[in-house]
Amino acid sequence: MGVSTLILVVLALAAAGYIAGRMKAKAMERAGARPHSRSGFHAAHVMNWVLLPSLAVIVLIVIARPIIVDNAVRAEFPAELRQDETQSNLIAGMVSQIAGGLTLLDEGEREQVRVGLVPLRPLLAEKGVALGGADIEPFMVRAADTLNGLNSTFSGALWLLTILAAVIGGALGWLQIKPEMRARNRVETVIKGVLIAASAIAILTTVGIVFSMLSESLRFFSMVSPVNFFFGSTWDPRFAAADSTGDEGGQYGLLPLLWGTAYISIIALIIAVPIGLFSAIYMAEYASKRVRGIVKPIIEVLAGIPTIVYGFFALVTVGPIIRDAVAVPLGLGSSGSSVMTAGVVMGIMIIPFISSLSDDIINAVPQSLRDGSYGLGATKSETVRQVVLPAALPGIVGAVLLAASRAIGETMIVVLAAGVATRISLNPFQEMTTITVKIVSQLTGDTEFTSPQVLVAFALGLTLFVVTLGLNIYALHIVRKYREQYD
Amino acid sequence: MADIAAPRRAASLAEVTPSLKKRRAAEARFKAYGIAAISVALFFLVALLSTVFYNGASAFQQTSIRLTVDLKQDVIDPQGRNTADAVMTGNVFRWGGLVDEALLSQLGIDPNDELLAADAQKLISGGARIYLRDYVAENLDQIGTKQEIWFLADGVVDAFMKGSISEETEESRRPIKDRQIAMLRQLEEAGALEKKFNTGLFTFGASSRAETAGVGAAMVGSMYMMLVVLALALPIGVAASIYLEEFAPKNRWTDLIEVNINNLAAVPSIVFGILGLAVFINFFGLPRSAALVGGLVLTLMTLPTIIIATRASLKAVPPSIREAALGVGASKMQAVFHHVLPLAMPGILTGTIIGLAQALGETAPLLMIGMVAFIADIPSGPTDPATALPVQIFMWANMAERAFVERTSAAIIVLLGFLLIMNVTAILLRKRFERRW
Repeated sequence: MGVSTLILVVLALAAAGYIAGRMKAKAMERAGARPHSRSGFHAAHVMNWVLLPSLAVIVLIVIARPIIVDNAVRAEFPAELRQDETQSNLIAGMVSQIAGGLTLLDEGEREQVRVGLVPLRPLLAEKGVALGGADIEPFMVRAADTLNGLNSTFSGALWLLTILAAVIGGALGWLQIKPEMRARNRVETVIKGVLIAASAIAILTTVGIVFSMLSESLRFFSMVSPVNFFFGSTWDPRFAAADSTGDEGGQYGLLPLLWGTAYISIIALIIAVPIGLFSAIYMAEYASKRVRGIVKPIIEVLAGIPTIVYGFFALVTVGPIIRDAVAVPLGLGSSGSSVMTAGVVMGIMIIPFISSLSDDIINAVPQSLRDGSYGLGATKSETVRQVVLPAALPGIVGAVLLAASRAIGETMIVVLAAGVATRISLNPFQEMTTITVKIVSQLTGDTEFTSPQVLVAFALGLTLFVVTLGLNIYALHIVRKYREQYD
Repeated sequence: MADIAAPRRAASLAEVTPSLKKRRAAEARFKAYGIAAISVALFFLVALLSTVFYNGASAFQQTSIRLTVDLKQDVIDPQGRNTADAVMTGNVFRWGGLVDEALLSQLGIDPNDELLAADAQKLISGGARIYLRDYVAENLDQIGTKQEIWFLADGVVDAFMKGSISEETEESRRPIKDRQIAMLRQLEEAGALEKKFNTGLFTFGASSRAETAGVGAAMVGSMYMMLVVLALALPIGVAASIYLEEFAPKNRWTDLIEVNINNLAAVPSIVFGILGLAVFINFFGLPRSAALVGGLVLTLMTLPTIIIATRASLKAVPPSIREAALGVGASKMQAVFHHVLPLAMPGILTGTIIGLAQALGETAPLLMIGMVAFIADIPSGPTDPATALPVQIFMWANMAERAFVERTSAAIIVLLGFLLIMNVTAILLRKRFERRW
């Protein structure tokens, strides 16, 4: 019986509390009292009294249980084992396996195992539990016993305390129902608390991102010096054998990845900025309302297509075309995956970001500026170039920066079309790689979070986060400041 | 104003003409640049979509071969129990024997001619024996009779029938032999070879054989994720927006939340994947590859979109509604929940659907939490190992075989179809319920 069953029971109790509260409040109304709040609020008040304490108990116990159990289990380990963290983590995993196995045995068999009459491994293998790793020692069986004992105590305590809290809370809430009780205000305070908690999740997400990446990155920097990471020009993580602790060798130079990321983003912007900007100018200044109403949503379809589709397009169509039509005849490269392929496709992807935002911004330039320019005898294109664009420039820069941050953080296109080779070169028809590609390749598959080969992904993620965050904050600041200027 | 000189009309026109021509040309050029830019953007869109449809359309048909199988009692179930259990257990190769026998007799090949028989066997999908087993388990009463059953042809045969392998190519350089082609012609003439609608594409899971690979498991995985996102992101997003828009005092703290939400909307999606790996899997110990974890990660990603849309539609409800509610004695909470929220609902739903559509197409964060998995069976719950539609596309995109390129494109068509439905629903909702105050 898991926690989810318990939560269902609590919800049922809450419903019962609601009904009981409503009955009492209705009876009160019938008796001729004029209560401050309607019966529904009294009922909801009782429900809150059932829910809040019992959910608090569940959360507390669920959080505390693994910590307490883990400490108790490790207390059974020999002292010298406790010193070595990696080793005792391994043994702890083993103990929980044994504990899982022990629950399958009957009482007699368990007693035999405890006194050491029967070897545990074959006995468990018979039940379908294969134990891996080191030899089983008596202290492990003792620890597994402790684990099982504590776990069952905790499950019992969880149910008992939760239901107790629900019933006592409900009774207290029920007793509080009186005509003069301000149930509505109290219920609304609770609802407001829930609303505040929901909006705090946005903050918690950011805190979670920063904290999780920072702590793992610090572990990485304790193994590899930040100087080598940020200024190294060789990327060669050299995946070590699975059982080694992994402090031998490997070079983690960020520069080639940064170069690949920047190069691809620059090509993407070279494609997207002129196309996006000219489309925006045409739609804002020249197109009739009807044309605009058709073309704008169609271009925005480009933004709605998942990036994996762009990646596939790059892989099967754009890559071979660029290879056969440009790279091979010029002798510049022979691979379908290249900086050029990824850059061109990414450029297509960010066209709508630039065109839509620029369109909004150009439309926000007041008509009076244009009228003034026309009045002086300027043509439409002169007005656009010499009046509208300079006025809209900060906003357009903001739009381009937002698009750049999108390009830097883009993953699927580069994973499929940029290649995996790390190099710093000016030739755009060679394979190069980016920060996001390396995050994917270091973190996919089964991972132990102890070796720098894996932890480096968090350092890369943190770098990516900081760079894009900086760009975003700056760009949003520009865009917002600009919008307010003409409001 | 009176002392302005009389305009020198004729002279000024003569002076201006040469430069005017230039300016008009510049004007025309500038306009042409705009049209060219839009055309290029539209061309890219058309190229992208037509590549996908051109490659993928053929995957919706699959070559099948009809065989008359003798469902022999003594091979299937010698003890004569005729239960589903008896059919499902036992040597799986006995089914292959039945299929081969039917194929050889259909083609009129002597089973003792081993080379020829081996070539013939390659025409039928390796998954045929499992198919036959499952078929018999559902039709127990047919044991002991002869039945006409359609089997999937092998992936190579399928590619040949669709014309991606040319008969013109030299025999040694194509994966199908001349005498196999002859057998196919023979089957075709007998009406036993047909291209049928590929239902397997929607029901199968991952497979190393192209003909039995489908997006069924991935679609179910994606569906679980969307359910998790809907169940979490909608209530949390709406609650957060209500607080920020209706109750929050204007102070530094709420400013911070606001800036924060805008920035979260622009954080690269892969960062959310790293967060999911570190927090949900490593810290809370949730299972890897589970749709639940994928849903949680996508929830965090979708929240900013939903919050921004919800706040915009709450803001669009005029203050007079709130004031009227407060005036007849409602509390602030009642005014919001009974009057403002229902009026804002169409906008909220539109924003939610668009957020869901974004989440449905997202791949990168799912790679981080181990959803790159070979999932052959349809997951039965949100905590089972699962994969998602875009991740399935990613895995197939790395396969070189022609049959998988076709399937990748087909999977993309399915994904785009879902996105289209969601976006059209959003647009219709907005059109139908949008209210201008």
